[in-house]
Amino acid sequence: MTEQTPLLGGQVVISKPALQQLFDALRTAGYSLIGPTVREDAIVYDEIAQLTDIPIGWADEQAPGTYRLRRRDDQAHFGFVVGPHSWKRYLSPPSLRLFATRRTGDGFSVETSNDPPPRYAFIGVRACDLVAIAVQDRVFVEGPVQEPHYKARRERAFVLAVNCTEPGGTCFCASMRTGPRCSSGFDLALTELDDAFLCEVGSALGAQMLSAVEWRPAGAFELSRARQAMADALTRMGRGLNTHNLPELLYDNLEHPHWANVAERCLSCANCTMVCPTCFCSDVQETSDLVGETAARVRVWDSCFNREFSYVFGGHLRPNTRARYRQWLTHKLASWTDQYGVLGCVGCGRCITWCPVGIDLTQELAAIRGEGQL
Amino acid sequence: MNSTLAKGHWSPATGHPMVPQPAVITHVQPEAHGVMTYTLGFRDPAVGEAYRFHPGQFNMLYLPGIGEAAISISSDPAEPAALRHTVRIAGNVTQAISRMEAGGVIGVRGPYGNSWPVDRAVGNDLIIVAGGIGLAPLRPVIYHVLRHRADYGKVTILNGARLPADLLYPQEYDDWRSHDIEVVVTVDRADETWKGRVGVVPILFYALRPDPKRTTVFTCGPEIMMHFVVYEALARRVPKDRIYLSLERNMKCAVAFCGRCQYGPTFLCKDGPVLSYDRIEPFFTVEEF
Repeated sequence: MTEQTPLLGGQVVISKPALQQLFDALRTAGYSLIGPTVREDAIVYDEIAQLTDIPIGWADEQAPGTYRLRRRDDQAHFGFVVGPHSWKRYLSPPSLRLFATRRTGDGFSVETSNDPPPRYAFIGVRACDLVAIAVQDRVFVEGPVQEPHYKARRERAFVLAVNCTEPGGTCFCASMRTGPRCSSGFDLALTELDDAFLCEVGSALGAQMLSAVEWRPAGAFELSRARQAMADALTRMGRGLNTHNLPELLYDNLEHPHWANVAERCLSCANCTMVCPTCFCSDVQETSDLVGETAARVRVWDSCFNREFSYVFGGHLRPNTRARYRQWLTHKLASWTDQYGVLGCVGCGRCITWCPVGIDLTQELAAIRGEGQL
Repeated sequence: MNSTLAKGHWSPATGHPMVPQPAVITHVQPEAHGVMTYTLGFRDPAVGEAYRFHPGQFNMLYLPGIGEAAISISSDPAEPAALRHTVRIAGNVTQAISRMEAGGVIGVRGPYGNSWPVDRAVGNDLIIVAGGIGLAPLRPVIYHVLRHRADYGKVTILNGARLPADLLYPQEYDDWRSHDIEVVVTVDRADETWKGRVGVVPILFYALRPDPKRTTVFTCGPEIMMHFVVYEALARRVPKDRIYLSLERNMKCAVAFCGRCQYGPTFLCKDGPVLSYDRIEPFFTVEEF
């Protein structure tokens, strides 16, 4: 069986240990594997080599302002959802040198980097994050100007996706229609069954990588079990959000008293924007050596919750948290659609989990809609 | 295995949209206290040859080791080779630029942003309303009108500054007036030399009787001034979509990546900085928007 290449769009079954063969094939092909791994009591995305590097037998319990790892009763390989990291960390890094300049006798020259961009294989990308990557594609490569660093990383990336069968406590991808099933944007997508993975082939490159892996065609039993698991997952979302006319709701309520209510709790710490897989705002800083001979333009993640973000000559446009939270949520769920044709929220729930005071945008929006009780 | 890496096409520095082009400062013209106009020529003749801009657009000006700032172009779009920026000292970049002299080299990238709709305004009366440094991005419109005077009806410039010494380009007013342009000037606070009007710019509207069917307003200045310009223009029944404002937000990239210049649905760096009032009305009076 291993000599054949599965069909594009086809479904095959691979044993759980055979996933290591896929890792090996990717590494042989020159990819750096980036996947989930346990560090500092959280599941983060980092460089991995072996199947044993991923959090086998771990689960994450998530709630507003709460994230805890616990041991599972089984050896599920992907029995957790998403942690504080998202893939933007690798596609649009937190700090990135865009280019450097060097003073010359009569001005300056621009220095070229000859380092090839990294070639990542993303292991375990969830449906919400696949959509988040597609959202950031609209920002960095599908607009009038293309960001070459993002584009190079993105084009070279291999995506091994994982369908979610156990949504987390702050998940609401069903409301946002982004998950829990991966529908596009992957090379291979796994569905974890009790004793094996069902693997959907999403690209020719994915099929090619599978040729080095032991697989067999999926049977009706496996397909139906995966289908059932997906259907069950849809009903077990930790959160829900009424998405009806969200842009109108927010544009019509820019002076809603609830913004002040949120501001009483919000610390303006920017955690939500750092963990958000679609938030893209940045600062561009000039770094130079002590004598000013060489300098570099460095892009760093920034946040609309930071005071400096809204600085113009004469002062800060949004000195108060009320205005900053309103800016964030109104951008995510209203102006994003004007700018990019899609909502800026994929329902991953990270901003709810990692908010130190547990602010839950699904509840804040319900309150603005007049549906929720806080 | 698909292990071949694409080679040879990776040149992020030269290919990066945020790389500036070196330009030489050919002339420095002091305008007012802390305000200078710099004439720039691109070091690379091919870049200079290809460079064009529209009235209201801006460039990012860069100094190695200091940083970058968005500065409007204040010169005649028909003479792109004599590229001029009127710079007011406001932050560390403009402070460093103010220490430069003719012969100095500065990084330039652009032009960015949309422009004052001088074509849409053809056949209209124009009211150009500027406060302080706000006249700089409007001066290219004035130059355009001077070159195409017959395209427009009555043209009025309402210009103000805090102090008489802060007025921009006073030496050009007579030339503008000689082209049948009414130039009305006011200052917030007079000194012993001042014989003109005293008061804020929007009150200059009191003397105007614009024809709402054929009037276009262009305004740039402090946001509080523009609030009252909009108020006065609307009171005279100028349609919302004929009142254009140039808005200012912090810009770090000018290519819609940094997110700082968002104004509701728009990125001011690409959809602005010039927006008609009908597009910004829902947000214009929202505090801290």
